[in-house]
Amino acid sequence: MLSNIGISLLVLVLILSFLIIYNASLDLKISSQSVKKNIYKLSLFQITFIILSFFTLIIGFINSDFSLINVYENSHTAKPLFYKIAGTWGNHEGSLLLWVNILVIFSYLFLVFNRNHDKKFRLYTLIFQNILILGFLFFLLLNSNPFNSIYPIPLEGLGLNPILQDPALAIHPPLLYVGFVGCSIYFSAAMASLLSDYGGKLFAQSIKTWVKISWCFQTLGIIVGSIWAYYELGWGGFWFWDPVENASLLPWFAITALMHSLIVLEKRNTLYAWAIILCLLTFILSVTGTFLVRSGILNSVHTFASDPSRGIYILSFLSFMIFSALTIFFKKYKKENYNFNLKSKEIFILANNWFMAFFLVTVLIGMLYPIFLDVLINEKISVGPPFFNIVIIPLVIPFMILMAVGPKFGWIKSKNKIFYKALFLILVAGVINLFIFYFFGKYSLLSNLIFIAAIFLILHSLLDFKNFINNKNKLELPRIISHLGFGLLVFFIGINHQFSLEEDFNLKVGEVKKTSAYVIDFEDISIEEGKNYKAIIGNFKLTNLKNNIVQYLNPEIRIYPNPETLTYEAAIKTKINSDLYLTMSNVSRSEYYNIKFQKKPFMIWIWISALMITFGGFVQLTLKKNEN
Amino acid sequence: MLTKKVKNRILFLFFIFLLSIFAIFFIIKSLNKNILYFSSPTEIKEREDIPFGKAMRVGGMVKKGSLIINQKNIQFVVTDFENEILISYSGTVPSLFAEEKGVVAEGSLSDKNFFIASRILAKHDENYMPPEIKEIIEKNAK
Repeated sequence: MLSNIGISLLVLVLILSFLIIYNASLDLKISSQSVKKNIYKLSLFQITFIILSFFTLIIGFINSDFSLINVYENSHTAKPLFYKIAGTWGNHEGSLLLWVNILVIFSYLFLVFNRNHDKKFRLYTLIFQNILILGFLFFLLLNSNPFNSIYPIPLEGLGLNPILQDPALAIHPPLLYVGFVGCSIYFSAAMASLLSDYGGKLFAQSIKTWVKISWCFQTLGIIVGSIWAYYELGWGGFWFWDPVENASLLPWFAITALMHSLIVLEKRNTLYAWAIILCLLTFILSVTGTFLVRSGILNSVHTFASDPSRGIYILSFLSFMIFSALTIFFKKYKKENYNFNLKSKEIFILANNWFMAFFLVTVLIGMLYPIFLDVLINEKISVGPPFFNIVIIPLVIPFMILMAVGPKFGWIKSKNKIFYKALFLILVAGVINLFIFYFFGKYSLLSNLIFIAAIFLILHSLLDFKNFINNKNKLELPRIISHLGFGLLVFFIGINHQFSLEEDFNLKVGEVKKTSAYVIDFEDISIEEGKNYKAIIGNFKLTNLKNNIVQYLNPEIRIYPNPETLTYEAAIKTKINSDLYLTMSNVSRSEYYNIKFQKKPFMIWIWISALMITFGGFVQLTLKKNEN
Repeated sequence: MLTKKVKNRILFLFFIFLLSIFAIFFIIKSLNKNILYFSSPTEIKEREDIPFGKAMRVGGMVKKGSLIINQKNIQFVVTDFENEILISYSGTVPSLFAEEKGVVAEGSLSDKNFFIASRILAKHDENYMPPEIKEIIEKNAK
């Protein structure tokens, strides 16, 4: 039943896409200024049907309708309602339906909210967006249909991977999807802009809101994923340079560069070609990331049951996208004149772009190198975190300094006064760093430089904030918040990295372990029944040797039935100045439990500063058009 | 002749070119220093040039009955059904780590028969096996 409804709705969306493309190309030839009414109507139908199809799938999951293969494979009647719903997008097919949903929603919103822009440009954008919709819809229907039915109908489902049974599943994927698939709209807009000759300033104005929206969601999605990894995976870290994390960073670098270039394009009407390249690149990288992860070429914490045929389809569609994008770009590309003064804001924004490009290339090489080596000489290697840390971290130092100074420069040309102020602040930052170095612990020269640069950026942003309070120039606020957030993020990551404690050992129940700072007493274990799992809860008493404060930590080993799976839940005590992090595991019911104990200073501040970066973006979105 | 503007531009482009060459060189160099080679126990036994103390990965099956856990660490034997290597590790293990299951350990060799792991990877589910291990096992099963 649901299977038929769902497939019919998807086919309707497919037909509507063709109709929209057809009508839009007819309308292109008519010289009136407004887009024909029927195109709006078709788009409204399209968005309605696609959202209905998504709700159909959700209903299938809520009712545990195992006549759908997708529900059978990824759900279970005993699962709490919350995870039944969130499970809809916790698998390949469901998440692809969400993907198509977002393509359609952005297509509709772009059409409706850009009425004051050139008609040809809007129609071309609509056409390209619908080509993308068609591409992914065909993929969905032919290869990964969430509405495929199964007969005879199974009585019970296979269940959702226990590691996904977490509140974060409800928000992490949708956020990222809005962020990554949202990029599609300015991929289409960039192609449309080339074809309709609607470039420069007006183009920048038409896409900047969309760029900001997808930037905010991408950033937030990555942060939520990072927090989730921190408490779920039990390693106590928050960034592992895992292939999937790298795949999410690539479009993020491109979009961050784009967001900054658009300012130049809007204010100075230059860098058009570069902005177009970034528009195209952002979405292409988003799809590439999806391709690498879903095809099973890269292994990571996100194990979608992989299937090579998926990879082949996405790869061919991706090549088609890149090929047509490049063809149109080189056919329509017009030479631009660049005239930049060295002491101008433009140069600093360009510098930001170079850094982003460098980071992007580094991560891309680190990610693809193992694949190439495997294909070419059949050598199995992996690229570990040290590579990324060594290449990226030193570059963050000049990056942060430019980030602080850059925004203070005016357009076209500026005075030298800014340099003196910066020099003074660097000295202050150096003194603060010396203070930390002297009183809290010694660290390497590189770390010293990072702390100085981060403190400099923080101080500079705080001064800018003080100026903002005086002159109330709202345009500055989002930038100040985000840049301050970045400075704080690097600073707290640095502190966290330098001053973390980690102890690994094995304990029997009842044993006591004395570490350098804590006495850890494994008092006992208890067994509790969860909603759909059994939990073995360890009871640990931690005594701080310095001040004798006693704390209890309760890590869990959860045993999920059907199929029997274990997950380890870390016990985390978050305080304003540090996190205590304790995980326990058990192999083959040995009487020894493996314990990992960590003390991580300022963990919560890493999250707060990362969220600040995103918050800046959201503040920018709330600024009204006339202020912007 | 070249105007000042054109000259500046050529200089600028040259500068960018040099910078990118330098950047790529830097990336490749760090890459070569930091890649982790994956070896099977047999490769470790047979290869002469295997470095001791350098980070690498070893993979295979955890041998049945080889698991020993004491206060400090976890020890187990990894086998590819031809050769074996003893691995020592301290810390928590992934939930899928068990005897007779596939495992990848990251760490360094202390000698040809003893590997000290700093990380255990067993991110696969019950139906899935890391491609590296699958290949080894298929090869040795023949």
